[in-house]
Amino acid sequence: MANNSINIAATAVSGPSGPKPRPLLSPRNIMIYSTLFIVCMYYALPLYVMIVTSLKGMPEIRLGNIFAPPVEITFQPWVKAWAEACTGLDCSGLSKGFWNSVKILIPSAALSILIASINGYALANWKFKGSEVFFTILIFGAFVPYQVIIYPIVIILRELGLFGKLPGLVLVHVIFGMPILTLLFRNYFTSLPEELFKAARVDGAGFWGIYFRIMVPMSLPIFVVALILQVTGIWNDFLFGVIYTKPENYPMTVQLNNIVNSVQGVKEYNVNMAATMLTGIVPLIIYFASGKLFVRGIAAGAVKG
Amino acid sequence: MAGAKKPVRILRNLNAKVAALPMITTALVIFVGCTIWTIVHSFTNSRLLPKLEFVGFDQYERLWSTRRWLVSIENLAYFGIGSLVFSLVIGFLLAALLDQKIRFENTVRTIILYPFALSFIVTGLVWQWILNPEFGIQHIVRGFGFENFVFDPLYNPDIVIFGVLIAGLWQGTGFIMVIMLSGLRGIDGEIWKASRIDGIPKWKTYLFVVIPMMRPTFVTALVLISAGIIKVYDLVVAQTNGGPGIASEVPAKYVYDSMFRSQNLGQGFAASTMMLLSVLVVLIPWAYLEFGGRKDGK
Repeated sequence: MANNSINIAATAVSGPSGPKPRPLLSPRNIMIYSTLFIVCMYYALPLYVMIVTSLKGMPEIRLGNIFAPPVEITFQPWVKAWAEACTGLDCSGLSKGFWNSVKILIPSAALSILIASINGYALANWKFKGSEVFFTILIFGAFVPYQVIIYPIVIILRELGLFGKLPGLVLVHVIFGMPILTLLFRNYFTSLPEELFKAARVDGAGFWGIYFRIMVPMSLPIFVVALILQVTGIWNDFLFGVIYTKPENYPMTVQLNNIVNSVQGVKEYNVNMAATMLTGIVPLIIYFASGKLFVRGIAAGAVKG
Repeated sequence: MAGAKKPVRILRNLNAKVAALPMITTALVIFVGCTIWTIVHSFTNSRLLPKLEFVGFDQYERLWSTRRWLVSIENLAYFGIGSLVFSLVIGFLLAALLDQKIRFENTVRTIILYPFALSFIVTGLVWQWILNPEFGIQHIVRGFGFENFVFDPLYNPDIVIFGVLIAGLWQGTGFIMVIMLSGLRGIDGEIWKASRIDGIPKWKTYLFVVIPMMRPTFVTALVLISAGIIKVYDLVVAQTNGGPGIASEVPAKYVYDSMFRSQNLGQGFAASTMMLLSVLVVLIPWAYLEFGGRKDGK
């Protein structure tokens, strides 16, 4: 690594060659690091602005600029966003949306992962006639714009008596999470050594036995990846929430949009930004806590089987 | 296939078939069934409720003579071309920069990628705030003494879609960068040694050797960006709600509004079928390339 830099640096600044301490302030390094610094500033700025704005009082916002740190830190906007912010006439704050999202998230993530992992397992180890065809349809289905499918699903849910209810939305999340998760699990199970599977078969383990006693314990990392993918995906969903639930069941993203973009009343930018932060915190925590697994999760979505 | 073997095989795979039932149902009922249902109903004059009174291409004719739809398509074109070009260029440049064996690579990547974890609603609202002319960037630059400085993309119908584009790029470029970076890491290190021995400048190696070698990565990125572009909906709803006027409408919003706001189902079905068509235009050539033009179209 050091060798490399020296070589490059030596060609960049023509001068005495030969081994020398790694020049930290070579023009090349200055250029690279200052560019990276500016880029990072740009990407970090909106998060900074969100936090700073949410900690100011309204008078300070009107007078100052959005990048200035708060003179007087106040947590009032956060309290108000959580407990008192209004959507229309309902002033019970974002907390309601938060708990709705939690209620949607837990069964949706659990069910979609369970079903998709079993699907992937069947596809990887128990191929049957036509299984690949269905899988291909499923993968191509992932590219169909949601708008093409949303209305027929409204009818299906209405027939099932689930329209506007939480179980209906859970079902929708399970359906739309299926292509990517099935792909993820299928590819992972295919990569496991086949001897394991064969040995278990010889020992008399059946379909479910192998799944629960061998596949699941061996695949915990991929379950974590799937969990990250689903939790962020479902939490961030807006379209399905707004179509398939009633206002009392609206997930957090929908409620947030209604609070911030409501036309009534005086705009309280600090409360709006606190509400935005509150909604963004869940995926952000998952992102910062999961580190490389998050990258793996989204990269898994990019790699086609 | 011997007749005696058959029943055993069916029995043996029965569990697998039962287990795959959710997938089979989803594939057939949702992705095939619902798609066909929508396409069929796009030829009807359904309004409040779907009904099978066929009117030929009437809905499509009306669609293409509706100003709002035309504006949506135009916006999608600007947004799409902008997203594609800038995501690929910025994503690649950032990846190349991160590939220079720098320190703090993980930190930098974490910072550039975090917007991708945020929802489009959060993204749209933050940028709505930053681009707010009374308080945001315009206000600050004016504060430096440039009294006539104007930067209010969200309030100017001519450029509002670029305001949305800025937010979209902020959210998505990190993801493209990660894909590009994994593509770059997949390039054989010998290439770099060889080009250095031959005295080829670095940028030339990138342009004429590395990028052509990364073709599959670029294709993947292209497909992912395109799939994202056609879906753009939440971002617009949060950031501008289609405004000012109808200046930042997009097709996905047109579909939603026709179906659930103006009780004009037929229009919604026709518009969504057009969206499907545009996806196929990208998807079919890609599938053809990706799967080597096998006849079964897999």
